Amino acid sequence: MDDDILRMRGITKTFPGVIALEDVNLAVRRGEIHAICGENGAGKSTLMKVLSGVHPTGSYDGEITFDGQPVRFSGIRDSEHVGIVIIHQELALVPHLSIAENIFLGNELTGRGGLIDWNKANAEAARLLDEVGLQENAVTPVGQLGVGKQQLVEIAKALSKDVKLLILDEPTAALNDTDSAHLLGLLRTLKDRGITCIMISHKLNEIVSIADRTTVIRDGRTVETMDMSEPDAGQERIIRGMVGRDLESFYPDRESAAGEEVLRIEDWTVWHPTQDRKVVDGASLTVRAGEVVGIAGLMGAGRTELAMSVFGRSYGRNITGRVFVRGKEVRARTVAEAIDNGIAYATEDRKRYGLNLIDDIRRNISAAALGKLSKRGWVNGNEETKVAEESRRAMNIKAPTVMSVVGKLSGGNQQKVVLSKWLFTDPEVLILDEPTRGIDVGAKYEIYTIVNKLVAAGKAVLVISSELPELLGICDRIYTLSAGRITGEVPVGDATQEGLMALMTQDRELAG
Amino acid sequence: MTQTAPKADPSPEQAAPAAALHTGTSDIRTLLTRNLRQSGIYIAFVAIVALFAILTGGTSLSPINITNIVLQYSYILVLAIGMVIVIIAGHIDLSVGSVVALTGAVSAVLVIQQGLPWWVGVLAALAVGLVVGAWHGFWVAYVGIPAFIVTLAGMLLFRGLTLRVLDNISLSPFTPEYQVVASGFLNGLLGGDGFDAFTLLIGAIAVAGYAVSGFRTRLARITYMQPVESFPLFVARVVLVGAVVMAFAWQLAHARGLPVVLIILAALVLAYGVVTRRTVFGRQVYAIGGNLSAAQLSGVRVRTVNFWIFVNMGLLSAVAGIIYSSRSNGAQPAAGNMFELDAIAAAFIGGAAVTGGVGTVVGAMVGGLIMAVMSNGMQLMGVDQSIQSVVKGLVLLLAVAFDIYNKRRGGTAR
Ligand SMILES: Nc1ncnc2c1ncn2[C@@H]1O[C@H](COP(=O)(O)OP(=O)(O)OP(=O)(O)O)[C@@H](O)[C@H]1O
Ligand SMILES: [Mg+2]
Repeated sequence: MDDDILRMRGITKTFPGVIALEDVNLAVRRGEIHAICGENGAGKSTLMKVLSGVHPTGSYDGEITFDGQPVRFSGIRDSEHVGIVIIHQELALVPHLSIAENIFLGNELTGRGGLIDWNKANAEAARLLDEVGLQENAVTPVGQLGVGKQQLVEIAKALSKDVKLLILDEPTAALNDTDSAHLLGLLRTLKDRGITCIMISHKLNEIVSIADRTTVIRDGRTVETMDMSEPDAGQERIIRGMVGRDLESFYPDRESAAGEEVLRIEDWTVWHPTQDRKVVDGASLTVRAGEVVGIAGLMGAGRTELAMSVFGRSYGRNITGRVFVRGKEVRARTVAEAIDNGIAYATEDRKRYGLNLIDDIRRNISAAALGKLSKRGWVNGNEETKVAEESRRAMNIKAPTVMSVVGKLSGGNQQKVVLSKWLFTDPEVLILDEPTRGIDVGAKYEIYTIVNKLVAAGKAVLVISSELPELLGICDRIYTLSAGRITGEVPVGDATQEGLMALMTQDRELAG
Repeated sequence: MTQTAPKADPSPEQAAPAAALHTGTSDIRTLLTRNLRQSGIYIAFVAIVALFAILTGGTSLSPINITNIVLQYSYILVLAIGMVIVIIAGHIDLSVGSVVALTGAVSAVLVIQQGLPWWVGVLAALAVGLVVGAWHGFWVAYVGIPAFIVTLAGMLLFRGLTLRVLDNISLSPFTPEYQVVASGFLNGLLGGDGFDAFTLLIGAIAVAGYAVSGFRTRLARITYMQPVESFPLFVARVVLVGAVVMAFAWQLAHARGLPVVLIILAALVLAYGVVTRRTVFGRQVYAIGGNLSAAQLSGVRVRTVNFWIFVNMGLLSAVAGIIYSSRSNGAQPAAGNMFELDAIAAAFIGGAAVTGGVGTVVGAMVGGLIMAVMSNGMQLMGVDQSIQSVVKGLVLLLAVAFDIYNKRRGGTAR
């Protein structure tokens, strides 16, 4: 009994038209790292929002016991009061404020007369940063840090609140391997200090390596809680629970059949929009019909910048170089021209750059190709709905109707809406920037299948990804990018993670 | 996942009635909850109309008074049409009051001082409106200065130009032809005993048009297997709207007939309602307001769209300027003072969001009418100016608070 720090019993939560959780049970032992797995839209984030009071008592059915006491939270402050802290899927830091200011936001250390004691705050922040292993000055604005470091600031913020149960919703989704490893190491340290952790993740290998127990949720119901020390506990069993069947492989098979050249980029150079430096430096690459080509690179190597500058010059300045689509030079100065010339770019940050979150699925899907649905400026709304409905079915987007607001979909389903939008423009070249970030294994497989269908139809696909196994699994060829330069081009048959990594870091070593 | 989407495969002839009868239809409750934000406004409007009808012992609904409301507030409603589009795109326009004054002044100088025909004044005013709009559009769209700043500057700038154009004096009166715009009536075209049959006919045509277009939309949705409201509900809606429109026409017919401005206003509301909902331009306005970066990366020509939004606002300000100068039968240096605030308030009461991406022309019209009925009712009751201002301020605040409350309820809790 006392072993369990948390028990959630019979949790049912509905939204208009959606049953997000149905009779879910969750028990978390004191001091363990408890992973929660499930497909996109299974209800993981919702369950954690119920637990942390984001969805207050009364908006759901069921009971929660924490530390032996029944609890009813009417807001996030209540849950923090008893020591439950949640770090949301979307980070909630204020970019212009310093690390220390962010850590103590809403929880300010006041001295005499109710004024904030900045010396104390900064000193305390420095101590917390040390604890999470972040070597940064506490007065640095958070906006200047990368995602990995921001994640650590979030944890430091949680620690400042005297946390007993720390909830992390997909903490490593946006992190590269090094940052992820650091974060997981930190979680182990916290565990040693007796802090209980609940972690949601789609990266099953991480879960296997770090979790003590794992609860699998499918379609708003608990499937099982497994002890990771059991011999048969592992990725296969988790996947079976998540998708309800075995997944034979992570990557669908494809016959590679490269045809004529579809995209050619020559000597592409892009300058940083405000600073005086090159972000992409003389990059050249080609993608042929029926081919999936990957771009591997570390964070800051210029992958996204390369793609966005090719996509109608939506990034950078002083852009030089040439782009050809099917042998014809494309001088696209705007996104609209790039789309007209058959280029599509699905962004890595769907919430900020990919979707109109307050609008419905239908209008998001049609947004980039309204011309196809309109005559002389008049939109055929019914045709639009039909098209959206077809995409919803083809992409298996989980939502009651295409009139559902995109902002309320789960992350993976939002990603499918982004893909639907770009597929509807019927591009020659589709550039996918981190297409499977925050997406469950089943949906990943679906997305790879869609990519395969696309190349089978003679299109070209360029994939940017931080996950090397993914690139190795789906690409025909991989370019490596380091500090804005292409440092290698490897056919997938010859590529290994180590080999790619060496190329991805090459330029730095030459320079340094 | 409780709701099921209409099935895919059955042939259209079979699927249509099935969809209409079962999964596809929605009852009053879902209709109300789905459109709670919008229906909230209508309910508030009806309540306010009823409240003032009681408080004024029915005077507020008398033929003469209804006609007066139309004449008195039409130019605010015209401004609100442009303003809601500006607000949906995430901007604001503080200059419209000054532009109303300037366009009216230009027109007055030409028609009253120079003795040119009425239409020269009208065309000149429209041209000035377009130029002013292009000016704002240029700074907002191509230079990238926030609209708040650009139009704040415009407010001062165009007020100053108005004083210049008028040489600091009022001009009056306009020729009778010019006055027709705001004070003219179509009356007696078809005769009628003690009332105007023509007005009733126009009202009837409007109701018929509403019914037919509603029915066609419904049929189209059924062919595309979209959910529609149940047939009795559809009929009830048409009957209700028809009754209100006919009652309104009846009252007008018993006063002075069909006001010319009402025709102008109705045409504008219809046109802009369709533009915002059905055209690519309208879509792009919502897309820009909803998420600027996403719109940009979806190929929306953000600058061009922003530019035309302001040109359009300038044009509508000129229309309002013409109506106002015609109604006040002249041009005054202080004309149009604070109109921008009424127009902005109308848009927000009508459900537009400060953050952009949300709002409708019809909503803004209802918002404007709520303000109009309130001011008019309080004037009838002889309420002090100071109290009127306090009440209007509170209504704006409460309307937006109600809106936010609704959104929150629809958002996280059930
Ligand atoms: N505020 C809301 N309003 C309406 N529906 C919602 C809301 N929040 C979540 N949902 C719905 O509840 C279901 C569960 O969503 P949730 O975000 O919990 O999924 P998830 O398991 O975290 O998925 P992901 O792995 O993609 O993040 C989804 O179908 C989603 O559309
Ligand atoms: Mg989630």
